[in-house]
Amino acid sequence: MPAAEQPESAANQVSGQSLAASVSERSLRKAVVVGGNRIPFARAGGAYAKSSNKDMLTAALDGLIARFGLQDERIGEVAAGAVLKHSRDFNLTREAVLGSALSPETPAYDLQQACATGMEAVLGLANKIKLGQIDSAIAGGVDTASDAPIAVSEGLREVLLDLNRARTVPERLRILARLRPKDLAPDAPTTGEPRTGLSMGEHQALTTAQWKITRGAQDELALDSHRNLAAAYDRGFFDDLMTPYRGLQRDANLRPDTSLEKLAALKPVFGKSLRAEATMTAGNSTPLTDGAATVLLASEEWAEARGLPKLATIVDGEAAAVDFVHGKDGLLMAPVFAVPRLLGRLGLTLDDIDFFEIHEAFAGTVLSTLAAWEDDKFGRTRLGLGGAFGKVDRSRLNVNGSSLAAGHPFAATGGRIVATLAKMLHDSGTVDGRPARGLVSVCAAGGQGVVAVLEAN
Amino acid sequence: MTDRYTQFVDHGIGRDIAKRLGLPQPVALRRYQPGEPLAPGPVLIQGTGPGADALARELLGWNVDVRRHAEPKEKLGAVVLVLDDVAHPSELGRPVLAMGASLRDLAAGGRIVTISRTASSAESPAVAAARQGVEGMLRSLARELRAGATGNGLLLRDGVETTSPGVLAALRFFLSGRSAFVDGQFLTISTDDGGLPGNPDRPLDGRVAVVTGAARGIGAAIARVLRRDGAKLVLVDVPASGDHLAAMANEVHGTALQLDITSQDAGERIIRHAVERHGRLDIMVHNAGITRDKLLANMDGAKWDSVIAVNISAQLAINEVLLQSDHFRESPRIVSVASTSGIAGNRGQTNYSASKAGVMGMVRASAPQLQKIGGGINAVAPGFIETDMTARIPFATREMARRLNSLQQGGQPVDVAEAISFLASNAAAGINGEVLRVCGQNLVGA
Repeated sequence: MPAAEQPESAANQVSGQSLAASVSERSLRKAVVVGGNRIPFARAGGAYAKSSNKDMLTAALDGLIARFGLQDERIGEVAAGAVLKHSRDFNLTREAVLGSALSPETPAYDLQQACATGMEAVLGLANKIKLGQIDSAIAGGVDTASDAPIAVSEGLREVLLDLNRARTVPERLRILARLRPKDLAPDAPTTGEPRTGLSMGEHQALTTAQWKITRGAQDELALDSHRNLAAAYDRGFFDDLMTPYRGLQRDANLRPDTSLEKLAALKPVFGKSLRAEATMTAGNSTPLTDGAATVLLASEEWAEARGLPKLATIVDGEAAAVDFVHGKDGLLMAPVFAVPRLLGRLGLTLDDIDFFEIHEAFAGTVLSTLAAWEDDKFGRTRLGLGGAFGKVDRSRLNVNGSSLAAGHPFAATGGRIVATLAKMLHDSGTVDGRPARGLVSVCAAGGQGVVAVLEAN
Repeated sequence: MTDRYTQFVDHGIGRDIAKRLGLPQPVALRRYQPGEPLAPGPVLIQGTGPGADALARELLGWNVDVRRHAEPKEKLGAVVLVLDDVAHPSELGRPVLAMGASLRDLAAGGRIVTISRTASSAESPAVAAARQGVEGMLRSLARELRAGATGNGLLLRDGVETTSPGVLAALRFFLSGRSAFVDGQFLTISTDDGGLPGNPDRPLDGRVAVVTGAARGIGAAIARVLRRDGAKLVLVDVPASGDHLAAMANEVHGTALQLDITSQDAGERIIRHAVERHGRLDIMVHNAGITRDKLLANMDGAKWDSVIAVNISAQLAINEVLLQSDHFRESPRIVSVASTSGIAGNRGQTNYSASKAGVMGMVRASAPQLQKIGGGINAVAPGFIETDMTARIPFATREMARRLNSLQQGGQPVDVAEAISFLASNAAAGINGEVLRVCGQNLVGA
């Protein structure tokens, strides 16, 4: 397209609008979810084995741009991130924007909060919209377990850096002589926690055992996830949430024909050294996954001016962290604390929520979370409430499937959930005369969790 | 753009060999570029009636080098033979033979366009014979033309002036490179409706068009041409083709709508999307189609039904919703993609031919309904077009299919797209219920 034809919005122009009130008195406005786009999630080593984070994030962005006609649009800000990231991808999101059909004048930044990266991107950008700093934003996340960075060993890295600083040949030879065969072994990333050395699965196994979650209950939750996700695909629910990529049209991990019998036949993989029965299998744990997701956020005015939908409002969000290092709480239990704090602030209880989107890192994570909220003692001693926090109506939980079926490309999961929930809320409209309300809860490595409340718009 | 054989025989030793062996000698066709001259040389307007005079005056206003008499040895870009007032077959000889004398001076990629009246509207047998005689003459002449030149005709219903918008727009289309692969065809102009675009290079400015099956192939070419001609676009394809669809939408600055056109709410969703995102819906291009080829003896219900459902039932259902919608009222245009298989038949394609012949039946019967709301509906029937689909045909069969037309080559997706864009424009408002073949004057089904 010749430069003369560029729409005005593409230019780095100062917008004609000005805020009437003085800056310090600015009132908050709504941040709405316009829609989302993700690529189907692939199992690690599968369809996206040769795709980089940048490739996948760009593909997800381009699908979003095509769906909403954002070509050459200058978006207020794009924020995304990846948990497993090459050092060369220091500006991953900005590079993806430059490779997309958006205006190259769209600013972007990377962020990372482990599996809560996507949620934090949504909340941070929504806050900027609410404050009036930007009118539109794209939040996203991407991860590849296939194209993961592999680092050289500390020994080799030190030698290489010293070599770079050396000036004379004898000096260089002396440095090279320090190399030992073991220094040549590569250092691959793991899902182990740096402070405990335990993998995420082993950590969850401790929690699962602590809350006495049975194998049967975990397999049932996994089965529901597959069935719900398959049903959502069958009724075309994802037609405007997803764009195929590299020949994949559905999440590769989805097993529409799985059954309790098949799940029960799987051997436990985590918690085998514990005294309690090992209950966590490949079927009720999420696999390593590749994928990317994006969410388009905007002020109401921005969406209306472009004839774009306003699916849901980002009401509020909350982050929490737990002391898992000393064993006070389970690694993935931070949302157990974040949700009561958030709902308390909003004057809501679990009964006021119509859709629960609790990220299924492991079936045990979801069930331990529900168990803790239903526990009277936990409610009194740990949450400081008069009793149990409450009960989640299971018929409102992950009704279109979640990570056990879809897979979990760490940073992409928040975007997947927010876009899915926003569409569900919009489709149901009002409940009991008020906007349908949804809760998102995502646990993350490092003992963290980010949760949010959305309402139908 | 052209196939390898065409490239080989287009010049030098290849041309020599083909000539000596009497092999087909296809040439690279003259295709439209915005801003280019209408014809590759002066336009000779033959015919002595008032219709010819009026037309000549009109063309002078287009900055065309108009001739009323052939100059010896001067290359001509086109010859327009105006025969709108012939009353007896015996009157054909003089003007037709005069045109014949100019044929040797026709430039490569030149054009012959006849302008006559529809035989069906003639009251007397002699008038009908003369009018239909023009059609036979032109069809044979088109087969005699070489070097990428084509011959086509306009058929005016009685009462339609030679300078009415529909005639001028169709004449422009036939003279220009837009009609590169249209040969030996007639277009009927039924009314004086419509108006010429302010900018002939942007005839679809301000219009919003929906194209189904837009992810690739002919659909993608349609999207590009409609965009080039000024339209805003909604691109539709099945969710499984969403990645190609998104890439196309981003290329032509449209919006992508992943949708199965056979779903019950397809029409409503298309209208809602177009109106919400782009404020209106003016043009519907039914391009999506599938093939499930089998000899009828081996055909199963699934193969038959899926082809009928996608290729014709979906169009019928969507049109019904469009016709009832208040949003499809401002000179709305529908263009459907039919196929020469639906005219001449094709071995192994009983299902496909039924669906594509069905499209032509639908277009004819829908024309009065569209007329009532100030719109029009037409079809384009492609012949052998070079696409991924035809690239899968076995070599020998493909080579045969390619050469069996007057231009001795396959058409390009853009050739189909140009015809669709023309029929989608307001200038074509006088054309309704017609089927235009884009087949290079295929030997079969002519």
